[in-house]
Amino acid sequence: MNAAAVHSLWTTAADPIAKIDAPKIEYGQLSPILIVVGAALVGVLVEAFVPRKARYHAQLFVSAVALAAAFAAVIALAADGYGTTKAHIAAMGAVAVDGPALFLQGTILLAGLVGLFTFAERRLDPEAHGNRVDSFAAQAASVPGSDSEKAAVKAGFTTTEVFPLLLFAVGGMLVFPAANDLLTLFVALEVFSLPLYLLCAVARRKRLLSQEAAVKYFLLGAFASAFTLFGIALLYGYAGSVSYATIAQVVDGNVPNVDPALADTMGNDALLLIGAAMVVMGLLFKVGAVPFHMWTPDVYQGAPTPVTGFMAAATKVAAFGALLRLLYVVLPGMRWDWRPVMWAVAILTMLGGAIVAITQTDIKRLLAYSSIAHAGFILAGVIATSKNGVSSVLFYLAAYSFVTIGAFAVVTLVRDAGGEATHLSKWAGLGRRSPLVAAVFAVFLLAFAGIPLTSGFAGKFAVFKAAAQGGAAPLVVIGVISSAIAAFFYIRVIVLMFFSEPRPEGPTVAVPSPLTTTAIAFGVVVTVVLGVAPQYFLDLANQASVFVR
Amino acid sequence: MENLIALLIAAPLLGAAVLLVGGRRLDAVGHWIGTLLSTASFVIGAVLFVGLLGRSADDRTLIQHLYTWIPVESFQADVTFRLDQLSMTFVLLITGVGSLIHLYSVGYMEHDERRRRFFGYLNLFLAAMLLLVLADNYLLLYVGWEGVGLASYLLIGFWQHKPSAATAAKKAFLVNRVGDMGLSIAIMLMFTTFGSFAFGPVFGHVGGTSEGRLTAIGLMLLLAACGKSAQVPLQSWLGDAMEGPTPVSALIHAATMVTAGVYLIVRSSAIFNAAPDAQLVVTVVGGVTLLFGAIVGCAKDDIKKALAGSTMSQIGYMVLAAGLGPIGYVFAIMHLVTHGFFKAGLFLGAGSVMHGMNDEVDMRRYGGLRKYMPITFITFGLGYLAIIGFPGLSGFFSKDKIIEAAFAKGGTEGWILGGAALVGAALTAFYMTRVMLMTFFGEERWRTGSGAAADGHDGHGEPHPHESPGIMTIPMMVLAVGSVFAGFFFNLGDRFLHWLEPVTGHSEGHSPVSALTVTGATMVCLVVGVAVAWAQYGRKPVPAAAPRGSLLTRAARRDLLQDDFNHVVLVRGGEHLTRSLVYVDHTLVDGVVNGTAASFGGLSGRLRRLQNGFARSYAVSMFGGAALLVAATLLMRAV
Repeated sequence: MNAAAVHSLWTTAADPIAKIDAPKIEYGQLSPILIVVGAALVGVLVEAFVPRKARYHAQLFVSAVALAAAFAAVIALAADGYGTTKAHIAAMGAVAVDGPALFLQGTILLAGLVGLFTFAERRLDPEAHGNRVDSFAAQAASVPGSDSEKAAVKAGFTTTEVFPLLLFAVGGMLVFPAANDLLTLFVALEVFSLPLYLLCAVARRKRLLSQEAAVKYFLLGAFASAFTLFGIALLYGYAGSVSYATIAQVVDGNVPNVDPALADTMGNDALLLIGAAMVVMGLLFKVGAVPFHMWTPDVYQGAPTPVTGFMAAATKVAAFGALLRLLYVVLPGMRWDWRPVMWAVAILTMLGGAIVAITQTDIKRLLAYSSIAHAGFILAGVIATSKNGVSSVLFYLAAYSFVTIGAFAVVTLVRDAGGEATHLSKWAGLGRRSPLVAAVFAVFLLAFAGIPLTSGFAGKFAVFKAAAQGGAAPLVVIGVISSAIAAFFYIRVIVLMFFSEPRPEGPTVAVPSPLTTTAIAFGVVVTVVLGVAPQYFLDLANQASVFVR
Repeated sequence: MENLIALLIAAPLLGAAVLLVGGRRLDAVGHWIGTLLSTASFVIGAVLFVGLLGRSADDRTLIQHLYTWIPVESFQADVTFRLDQLSMTFVLLITGVGSLIHLYSVGYMEHDERRRRFFGYLNLFLAAMLLLVLADNYLLLYVGWEGVGLASYLLIGFWQHKPSAATAAKKAFLVNRVGDMGLSIAIMLMFTTFGSFAFGPVFGHVGGTSEGRLTAIGLMLLLAACGKSAQVPLQSWLGDAMEGPTPVSALIHAATMVTAGVYLIVRSSAIFNAAPDAQLVVTVVGGVTLLFGAIVGCAKDDIKKALAGSTMSQIGYMVLAAGLGPIGYVFAIMHLVTHGFFKAGLFLGAGSVMHGMNDEVDMRRYGGLRKYMPITFITFGLGYLAIIGFPGLSGFFSKDKIIEAAFAKGGTEGWILGGAALVGAALTAFYMTRVMLMTFFGEERWRTGSGAAADGHDGHGEPHPHESPGIMTIPMMVLAVGSVFAGFFFNLGDRFLHWLEPVTGHSEGHSPVSALTVTGATMVCLVVGVAVAWAQYGRKPVPAAAPRGSLLTRAARRDLLQDDFNHVVLVRGGEHLTRSLVYVDHTLVDGVVNGTAASFGGLSGRLRRLQNGFARSYAVSMFGGAALLVAATLLMRAV
């Protein structure tokens, strides 16, 4: 008797279990995401097992290598034609691999790398008890001002967890603009938001402000997420699917097999309109559009400045990427519904950001309102609903990211006894004392203002041109007016730096390590190159501007 | 071959860049770099010239397209160069005479510590002028035009430590701006009329365009030409421009700058041919200027200013000829070239005299210098004979042709213009003989103790006249050769006419008087002019202090009151205008601007109060925003 025969003596064969197909995952095409998330997990292990002294260098090494490798992977995919001819949807319909996704992922990874350099800066603050310190609290869990905090500082603790947190955030951001169904979108949203909430809370200086910023960001972010999730549920009710392609089909009027459980709701336009508005609202919150912008100044001001720079750049890229995909892939069929609404949002955002920035006295808050105004300009490009609209937004995002990180990196250099001297009055006469730093900051401000020969001009020109061609000429007029208003406060800072008498007890400019220098230099180079010779990058963005469906 | 054209401009441009950027390291060799690159440009020009001669007469236009400069839909501007017989003539004149002036300046500016910079500006001047004559469209021409303006500003004011030089530079620049406005308006009119400003399309479409339009364009071009070529009413800068170093005067008056206006008119011949009214104005401007300049030249005691008046007058001849249309274009250019030789020679000679006389410019303190400066005397003398139109020399051929052409215009106009040209010839003979006699003949009035020179002016003490070094006299000799033979050479078998005819066209007019009569009349005028000058300055001793003179003389000494006129009419009027504009600006414009700024500031202050720091308020605003977003989306569907 063989074994099977014996076996059959006391068992009866059941019906064979229905087989679940193993999901087919294109690991190669997802490699940028996988590398970054994998490295983040390695970072967690480093925290657990590597001795405290060696952690900083280990984490910096792992993060830098991972971001660079992921960037190389993006380039390799793009070179292989995944941005154009081979664009398709991977991972069982969850993630799109196409031009916009790869372009934005590349931008996010570079921004992450440059941001990483500012995270790792340890030469700006004076050494505490013989230990070099960075911008992050010695021990995030200790109560500010308490004995345990002092003990942690004395022991030379550092929060090296920021590196894996940064990687997790980057990982989520990589998925966000590539997400091709609503659930992936939501998961990616949370994956990159939660590390950012944490990162906001761990400033070394002004910790109470930092913690307040984090709590506000978390509360409001959770609130916005709830809207998004509810909107997703409504859209599912409308289309019977969370897949972008299916929803788009239903919006276009082709309802495939109606799910009996959803027969009552499917195709109900009220669900579509309300659901779409709510999902869009969640994304507008992330980009900081009026009236969902209130968190921006408080969080930008409170968060550690390197985090602010990274967040301001990369979050915007990821969120605009997701917004573009949602509006261009899922909802083009209802663009006559959303375009007027987005018009209003863009106008409010451009004017609101520019006008309120006029009276700001803190450089970080000023840059926060400036970022709101810029979100409005980018929205003008989004509204174009054309291929040019996509490419101009892609270009704008790339240009804007590096200016932003560079500008916030300069902010970390200007210091007095209380840490960074962010009050504008302290920047008076900076150009006399540190002409180079002031000149670099002036370059960034001119780029923000959109002065020709900077990347800001090329970007603004591209989005306004796309918007005008897309029939949104009044929007362009308002955009130019708000640019003029915005130019006022940018130029005012330049005037303050170069044409005011320095204050006797003014701040000093710290000499950074090569890390921050690299970040700032990269920002300047990108600003000038994209400003002087934008055509190559415009062409690149243009090639990358077709979404896969 | 056409690929060489850009090099013509590139060589001096490179020189300017190297010399101006190179800094003090190049002080020792800078002047040689400048001279070398200018000569290089001349050599390239000569190579191209030989190449052109090797082609048939209809096939002598070379086009080099370098790159597209401004590609904005229908507004297409290319950097394209056109080398044809007209621009070739100018290229050879500019680079040839220009190089000689470079060489001369090596000696003349030897003791100036900013000599390197001077040569940088000279090279810039050449590059700009070459761009002007080589451009294939008006917009590119405008770049060269402005470049010439800039370079002339820098050179006239080169001795900027002298307030008079700085003022003169500013004056030249400002007066030229008026002309530049004319050119820019002309270009705009061309663009709206023809949809292009490239030579080909513009001239090709002249046929189907209304005469009024063409007259407007022509008059604007004339205004531009008046500015650069110092024609009435924009002539006032030329005399003051003598504040620049003398080689600059030679360059401005002979090879560059003032010839630009004549070039512009001749280049735009297609437009002027179709706009007779504009042509008439051109001839009137030319005729008035040739008398104006001659009268001013008669009264000046400053040798350079006398020569400046002469330039104005001679350019007047050219403009007059250019206004005559196809009967005059060729002769305008021919006179321009011969004038380039003898006027450069005269100015370099004047510079040589000043060099030997402690920079004295007052001819009443010269006298009898022929013994001390034989080479300068001979070369200057040959230039003198050429300019007054002594038979056989350059000026004789070219000026005679213009006078003939003026009569050939026909009708009353022809008589008036021809008469003016004849009177101009007599005046030319007079003032040039006067210069010659006061400088090189008569008693030596510069010795201490003789008259007004006794006070030892300028602190230099008594001058010791001496001949200039070889590096200065050689260019003068070369130019003297040109002054003597160029006209004869050009006229031999109507060579110059056949050379230029394919570009400008040519027609014989119907002169009411025979060519021989005209020549005879010119000779009579010449003799009368010389004789009167001899009677006044040769036979009698020249007083060291200027006599009071007649009303006309006094007016001519003040440049026929041009500055007084400008001051009363333009400056006063301008001041009133600006004052009222400033008032409007302060009250109305600033009020609106500041009011807008203040209202935005107030709005900003109010809006920022919404940002109260409470998360709950932010959440409410988000909720409200979301509600509005949803409501608006629904509403859009409902409507």
